[in-house]
Amino acid sequence: MSKQKGGPKGWKDLPIGGMITEAGNAATYNTGAWRSEKPIWIEENCIQCLFCWIYCPDSSVTTKDGKRAAFDYMHCKGCGVCAMECPSKVKAIVMVPEADGSAPDILDRAKAIAKKMADEKAAEKAAGKEAKDA
Amino acid sequence: MPKKVAMTGNVAVANAMRQINPDVCAAYPITPSTEIMQQFSSFVADGLVNTNLVTVESEHSAMSACIGACAAGGRVMNATSANGLALMWEMLYIASGNRLPIVLSCVNRALSAPINIHGDHSDSMGARDSGWIQLYAENAQEAYDNTVQAPKIGEHPDVRLPVMSCMDGFIISHSIENMELLDDEQVKKFVGAYKSPVPVLLDTDHPVTVGPLDLQDYYMEHKKQQHEAIKKAKNVVIEVGKEFGKLSGRTYGLFENYKLKDAEVALVVLNSAAGTAKVIVDELRKKGVKAGLLKPRLFRPFPYLEVASALKNCSAICVMDRCDSFGAAGGPLFSEFRSALYDVPERPMMINKIYGLGGRDLGLDDIRKVFRELVTLAESGKVTKLYEYITVRE
Repeated sequence: MSKQKGGPKGWKDLPIGGMITEAGNAATYNTGAWRSEKPIWIEENCIQCLFCWIYCPDSSVTTKDGKRAAFDYMHCKGCGVCAMECPSKVKAIVMVPEADGSAPDILDRAKAIAKKMADEKAAEKAAGKEAKDA
Repeated sequence: MPKKVAMTGNVAVANAMRQINPDVCAAYPITPSTEIMQQFSSFVADGLVNTNLVTVESEHSAMSACIGACAAGGRVMNATSANGLALMWEMLYIASGNRLPIVLSCVNRALSAPINIHGDHSDSMGARDSGWIQLYAENAQEAYDNTVQAPKIGEHPDVRLPVMSCMDGFIISHSIENMELLDDEQVKKFVGAYKSPVPVLLDTDHPVTVGPLDLQDYYMEHKKQQHEAIKKAKNVVIEVGKEFGKLSGRTYGLFENYKLKDAEVALVVLNSAAGTAKVIVDELRKKGVKAGLLKPRLFRPFPYLEVASALKNCSAICVMDRCDSFGAAGGPLFSEFRSALYDVPERPMMINKIYGLGGRDLGLDDIRKVFRELVTLAESGKVTKLYEYITVRE
């Protein structure tokens, strides 16, 4: 691979042994590129519990004035912990395939997934109650 | 003035370490290298050095402690043998990959199983691809001299790589020989104060990360750096060997040529066995046989052009390996030397003998036999056995 102008440095110009000489440069590393699933936040379902902010292992849930704000997609690796922990009756975070993540209607699709999940859960609960009553 | 002393190889190396006065040493004992650290720990206890001696729970930890201390900015030394070196394996690559100029005395010993504590080269030969510079010594004097030169080689700004300084277990490590120790001040001046040319962990004004994740986009560039650095070590070894010669009267190069210039039959033999083989070379020369010997000193980086040039006029060469490379076409020295001579227009015939495993004696008669075979080979021009064990019972 030849050195490209403005691209990564060649072996003669890099610090030896992979040493990193800039402090805190993990911030500039686009780990979001590792994602296979993307979390979508549905604001209208959000109860502002901030569980997602607490659980996110990569500090990729941002806040503004103490309220839930947008995902930091540059660093979110798509682990799905936020969606799993979201306690809303109708989920405020759902995971979608990364390939669909930038579709213009992705929010509507996410809402539909959240609703379907909630409906299924309700049906399961009802079935459980019926079984108990029988 | 240098003084004549009688010392074992181990005590000689411990004294070199005392004179170098490293910042940190990590110690975990294993025969036959134990005596180095045992002796050195008494120097620490007596206040003869300022070294922080870290006693650890394994060789893996010993090398890990050395890596940490070296990355922190210290001059670091250590000693081990055989299975101890094997347990360091993972960390050997981390030391070289992080470009940390640690010095390790490897007192060569056979690897288990079966358990054997005696001299053979399986340990350091197995580590030949770990990115360490490897120096080999025939006797206590050379082991001492190599240890004194090792920090200067590894720490050179063009190199920045760890150095393994090897000698034969028991045969050299535990035998008392007459040798010369340099003055403490001479060694101190020769080695010089250590200051890392790259940022170190204890320099908190310039924080760095050592050993981070390095994926498809950078790993290969860092391996290329390492590849070039170890190649540069060859010239540094020559320079340091010359400078050491001015100080001590004993100049070192890449290997020793013993009556090789007009030799028709030659041995390539490493470490202590070279001393025995020289006796037979002398004996044959008296009888008119043009015998010679090449004793490698620097094995990594391997000076393939120089050895090819030194051996190119021989008719038949036997490379002696005190180590098997199981399943390969001969031992590790043989593979290197045979490859080095491939490009010589009229290449000599070459055979390989594997000898002395687990400290098995190599006697004068054994070497006579090898030379006899070489003479026959030179006359017949036909190799019948490419490689075989000698000094073994059928």
